[in-house]
Amino acid sequence: MSKETLDNQSTSGRGYWRSLDDLAQSSEFQARLEREFPSEAAELRDPVTRRSFIKLMGASMALSTLAGCQFAIKQPQEVIVPYIRQPEEVIPGRPLYYATSMNVQGYGIGLLAESHEGRPTKVEGNPDHAASLGSSDAWIQASVLTMYDPDRSQQVLKAGVAATWADASTALAAAAASAGAGIRILSEPNASPTLAAAITALTTKYAGAKWIQYDPISNDNAIDGAAAALGAATNVVYAFNQAEVVVALDSDFTHSGPTAIRYSRDFSAKRRITSAKPTMSRLYAAEPTPSHTGTMADHRIAVRAADVAALTDAIAAGVGVSGITAPTLDAKASAWVTAAVSDLKANAGKSIVITGETQSAAQHALVLAINNALGNFGKTVTFTAPVAPATTGNAGLKALVDEMNAGAVSLLVISDANIIYNAPGDIDVKSALAKVATVIHHGIYADESSEGAAWHINGAHYLESWSDSRAFDGTAAIQQPLIAPLYDGKTLIEVVAALSGQTNSTGHDMVKAYWKSVLSTDGYAFDKEWQISLHDGLIKNTVAVATTASLTGAVTATATAASEGLEIVFRADSSLRDGSAANNGWLQEVPKPITKLVWDNTAQVSPATAKTLGVASGDVVSLTFQGRSVKAPVWIVPGQADNTVVVHLGFGRTKAGKVGDGVGFNAYTLRGSDNLWHGAGLEVTKTTETYKLATTQEHTSMEGRDEDIYPTKTLADFLHPVAHEGHKKHEVISLFPEYDYSKGYQWGMQIDLNACNGCNACVVACQAENNIPVVGKEQVFLGREMHWIRIDTYFSGDAESPSVYQIPVACMQCEHAPCEIVCPVAATVHDDEGLNVMVYNRCVGTKYCSNNCPYKVRRFNFFQYVDEETPSLKLQRNPDVTVRVRGVMEKCNYCVQRINEARIDADREDRQIADGQVVSACQQACPSQAIVFGNINDAASRVSQLKALESKFTMLDPLNTKPRTSYMIKLSNPNPEFSGKTE
Amino acid sequence: MQSSKQLKPPVTETYDSLLAPGQSLESVTTKISDIVLFPILKTPTGWLLGFIGAGLLLMLYLYSLATLFTVGIGIWGINIPVAWGFDIINFVWWIGIGHAGTLISAILLLFRQDWRTSINRAAEAMTIFAVACAGIYPLIHTGRPWLDYWFLPYPSTTGMWPQFRSPLEWDVFAISTYATVSVLFWFVGLVPDLATLRDRSTSRIAKALYGLFSLGWRGAAKHWQRYEVASLLLAGLSTPLVLSVHSIISFDFSVAQLPGWHVTVFPPYFVAGAVYCGFAMVIVLMIPIRRVFGLQGLITMKHFDVMSKVMLASGMIVTYGYFGEIFYSWYSSSIYEYYLIVNRFTGPYAWSYWALILFNVLIPQVLWSKKLRQNLPVLFFVSMAINVGMWFERWVIIVLSLHRDFLPSSWASYTPTFYDWSTYIGSFGLFFVLFLLFIRFIPMIAIFEVRDLVHKTTPHTAEHEESGHAGA
Repeated sequence: MSKETLDNQSTSGRGYWRSLDDLAQSSEFQARLEREFPSEAAELRDPVTRRSFIKLMGASMALSTLAGCQFAIKQPQEVIVPYIRQPEEVIPGRPLYYATSMNVQGYGIGLLAESHEGRPTKVEGNPDHAASLGSSDAWIQASVLTMYDPDRSQQVLKAGVAATWADASTALAAAAASAGAGIRILSEPNASPTLAAAITALTTKYAGAKWIQYDPISNDNAIDGAAAALGAATNVVYAFNQAEVVVALDSDFTHSGPTAIRYSRDFSAKRRITSAKPTMSRLYAAEPTPSHTGTMADHRIAVRAADVAALTDAIAAGVGVSGITAPTLDAKASAWVTAAVSDLKANAGKSIVITGETQSAAQHALVLAINNALGNFGKTVTFTAPVAPATTGNAGLKALVDEMNAGAVSLLVISDANIIYNAPGDIDVKSALAKVATVIHHGIYADESSEGAAWHINGAHYLESWSDSRAFDGTAAIQQPLIAPLYDGKTLIEVVAALSGQTNSTGHDMVKAYWKSVLSTDGYAFDKEWQISLHDGLIKNTVAVATTASLTGAVTATATAASEGLEIVFRADSSLRDGSAANNGWLQEVPKPITKLVWDNTAQVSPATAKTLGVASGDVVSLTFQGRSVKAPVWIVPGQADNTVVVHLGFGRTKAGKVGDGVGFNAYTLRGSDNLWHGAGLEVTKTTETYKLATTQEHTSMEGRDEDIYPTKTLADFLHPVAHEGHKKHEVISLFPEYDYSKGYQWGMQIDLNACNGCNACVVACQAENNIPVVGKEQVFLGREMHWIRIDTYFSGDAESPSVYQIPVACMQCEHAPCEIVCPVAATVHDDEGLNVMVYNRCVGTKYCSNNCPYKVRRFNFFQYVDEETPSLKLQRNPDVTVRVRGVMEKCNYCVQRINEARIDADREDRQIADGQVVSACQQACPSQAIVFGNINDAASRVSQLKALESKFTMLDPLNTKPRTSYMIKLSNPNPEFSGKTE
Repeated sequence: MQSSKQLKPPVTETYDSLLAPGQSLESVTTKISDIVLFPILKTPTGWLLGFIGAGLLLMLYLYSLATLFTVGIGIWGINIPVAWGFDIINFVWWIGIGHAGTLISAILLLFRQDWRTSINRAAEAMTIFAVACAGIYPLIHTGRPWLDYWFLPYPSTTGMWPQFRSPLEWDVFAISTYATVSVLFWFVGLVPDLATLRDRSTSRIAKALYGLFSLGWRGAAKHWQRYEVASLLLAGLSTPLVLSVHSIISFDFSVAQLPGWHVTVFPPYFVAGAVYCGFAMVIVLMIPIRRVFGLQGLITMKHFDVMSKVMLASGMIVTYGYFGEIFYSWYSSSIYEYYLIVNRFTGPYAWSYWALILFNVLIPQVLWSKKLRQNLPVLFFVSMAINVGMWFERWVIIVLSLHRDFLPSSWASYTPTFYDWSTYIGSFGLFFVLFLLFIRFIPMIAIFEVRDLVHKTTPHTAEHEESGHAGA
């Protein structure tokens, strides 16, 4: 792939190139391979296997009250009876919302769950909760589907044979009593105070018992680095809404970790341009492979993961951290550092330098020192006491395995932590487990690590559990269940209580008892506070108090001698993360950022490295690292650092379930316990095999159409436009009289491209809201994915450091909708509020509308994609949205069901729908608030005000389709002093 | 086939006349009606073998349709953005083939072209069967074919009518009207010949059936007069239909705004293309039939010569269309139109565009030579090339426009599947089964019209029968 080829391919406008496959003139897409993964859709049509699941139809009769769940119906009800006593607040057909919280990598995210007659169907962020502020992400959105997953573990197993919880709890207590100091509990990180109290009770009873929290993609390095730099364990919180300059050193802070939703919100607030605030922050990013955050950067540089340390040292030296000398950098990196340093210095106290979980603890310490030198402490970088129990990370796992091998562990309780699957490849967990007298597995799936366990206790999903959580800022929240456990699963709190001998304790009682003791109120006062806490989704006055911190530890330069050869970089997958939710079809099928691949992970290489290795996308290579090897298909990623191979964790499960088994390869086996995130010395051998990869976007050049598709400007050009710039767009007119849209509600949407980082939250939220089916890899390969909203990704610039443009595209609701005039049966029509509505019942399926849609946002049910047989999946669906059958076209309709719900409420109260009362699913989920929806006839509405801005554009404007969805043009804010080419 | 050696009497080709010398009223009737009245148990083996082959293809067709209805149209290779593939390509291709028949019967009748007489019956039959094959595609291409009746404007309890602005809705009327008028015209033209067969057949069943369908024709002067009026009226009705059907089919594309579809020249360009491949198909069918049934005396080289000229003329119009498209991609200054042509020339499916140019533009240029026009193997090859080329034309219009449209993010490719091919090849089964039944049981050449031609072209003796025969 020579530079000449790239240049030749570009047409006009910026130097866009076509997809890398086109460049290579290769046809690897066509290659058929021996390994084929069954799609969920294909399996769901298999009635025989599905029949084995417990029928759940009766659950639709279940009801939920504020205080909790007083129902547990697990057998099909053959009779339909009305409520004899109407439960409080339940109106059939109207959803209720309950506040709860979800544990994400140890920290709580406050949520509101939507319940239809006792079935949770969707979760949203809790606007009052600091970690979400009402937003969510793809992971949270998809968690509902996991609850209804028919592959979940459905019963207690004693050595693989069905047993009961009563037997199990007695056995647990007995085993604990005999194990004593040999008890080890291995779980995922969890900041639940009640759990911590339960474990303290256990370790008090059995001195020597230990709790190990292990998360394969944890942020331990940040915790260790903060402790090293600040002298004590400290919780570091960044205020991105105060930062004018942000330098991200291999940090995907808008997408990765439990703070991402909040940071994304704060960061985008500084990037958004309004007439009142014509400024935006500047982002510098250095990273080995394009991340969500990195693609938003004004100045991005691709460096090997190991070389990020050198950049950090250079910045530290530049801003005057004592004891650090600047290493020698190449011209490009040093120009980048110089620009960043001058900007940081100019914005001292208003800047943030941040590094990611993938970089060493020493580097985290150094970065804190940089922030200290810039005077950011107490301003953009704030501190609190730790809010979560200390985790031991990978070291803890290693120590545990050593103990097991030494025979010091006689009872090991594994809760969800799937160490057989996700331990680094150089730790032999399997043989260590064999030396443990009793292994008890607890989890919502009987996964890889449950094999050989004496007991498997089926766990409760968070939507079925009583628990509590603390957010990154300390906010405590009760996790209340939305439904009685579908399969009578138990929470870890209950398991720990059983170990302590309290075999009859319920999660509800324990959580309540804990908070009773903490809030130290009683009787009515506590009940009231408890109810308020449940209702609000957080417990008042639990935010951790800000503390001051100062740099006490010595920081040292972190750069190591440049290593030769190939570097391997491990990354959590953008959607599957650590792989624990691999059986979730929504997460498997959501296209990964940049590559738009689904249902697979790959060995990602840069175009230049691919050339050196002589590989093309789809070629299978053998990766060997520290003597361990896997086979992986190659995918070429522009903007990745050369000599770096990026592999994503979370794939290659063997006991995930029907959906997740055998998808991709397991990159954990390559991981070394000293090289958790990257390491040098990777060997790549090309094999003769090729592998079929499914991507939802094959072509990533705009072909010179950027003015119509994705106009970009620098902030300076936008604020001070050059008078003679280009030719004025000529007005487009229609031969037909315009419909009068000046009356009533007129719905419109505005998407801010400066805020969007392509995180996919909207894609999965839309899927959850609108009952969008999962179609499987084969169908995606054929071009039949069903997502109503998609994130288009384009590249421009050179292949080494391209600009990446991401844009959410859903139905534009054109006022001159090309789809409508061609439908022979009037199945897609316009309503008087400007919606291009789709009448599924009327659709015959000529597909003509899709052919005439210039945005290609329509999706067709080529087969019966929706599983109409699995009972649990039926319960998940949103009853307000039609479930589409085969042969029917579908598409985004601005969540018309939500509009109508608001309309009914407004009509009943004889008022207008106020701005903000209709929130589309994508808008609600968006962590960066890029999407704004509302009535464009109301000049005061947020969407109207945004649409009035200069920076608005509509896609494919010359076609005169008059879309109701418009975009804010992408602005960049490059450093004017920076001569390096980055835009 | 100047020197072809038949086992039966040696054939001498006629180059300058529409009838071979020595044809009499008697010989014409005998020749044509004997093919039909041959005893059923002594059906020629060639016909039987052909019928079995066609029947097997028909089975393949039915199997494909059954799978389609039970599993879904996902069995085809279509996707988003290429939501139309073989279904609409073959629909337009078949309907194009179904153009020559009516053109020959109606327009040439009105223009009083004698050369149409020997070929119009078979061409009309071909039209009807091709329209049948074509008409099935729009019905099965829908996602829920059991609801196709919603295309029809009928008063329903839902109060819903079709959406009359959609070109697909116009298709419903265009095709159903065309099919109805074509069948009617064909049947009216058959009546005098069916009466002849009734009179000549010896089998009671044949007598009864031919008698039933000849509607009591006795050859009275009044009958002939009414026949003349009726056929003139139907010809008048059919003539605009020949132009309208394919114009309306072309609206399916030109009304849409997709680059490559949104082209104002499509109506005439589609009609010319239809005539082009319709005549090509007539030639492809006639060359073997006249040889198998020994009809060299009635379908002469002159016929082929004239049809070749029609093909050449319509082919030049089509070629003009191809150049036109290239011109306005430049002239429009639209980057989307421009890219369309670039993509046709150099994109992943460029081979199909160049195949189209080869088959539709370059190969037919041999028809400029009279010698080659009258060389049957060459003519057969050229006609086949035109049929293939016209198929490629629809492929280029549909697939190449859809697979890369406005937003590069949705660009994709299209690969036909087994079921795409089986539904296409299977439709030949339907066509040939119907066509073979036609040549076996219905006179494939209009007896009375050829007799009229014989009457007019042979030097008359005194026994001058009453004038006023049909045709001419």
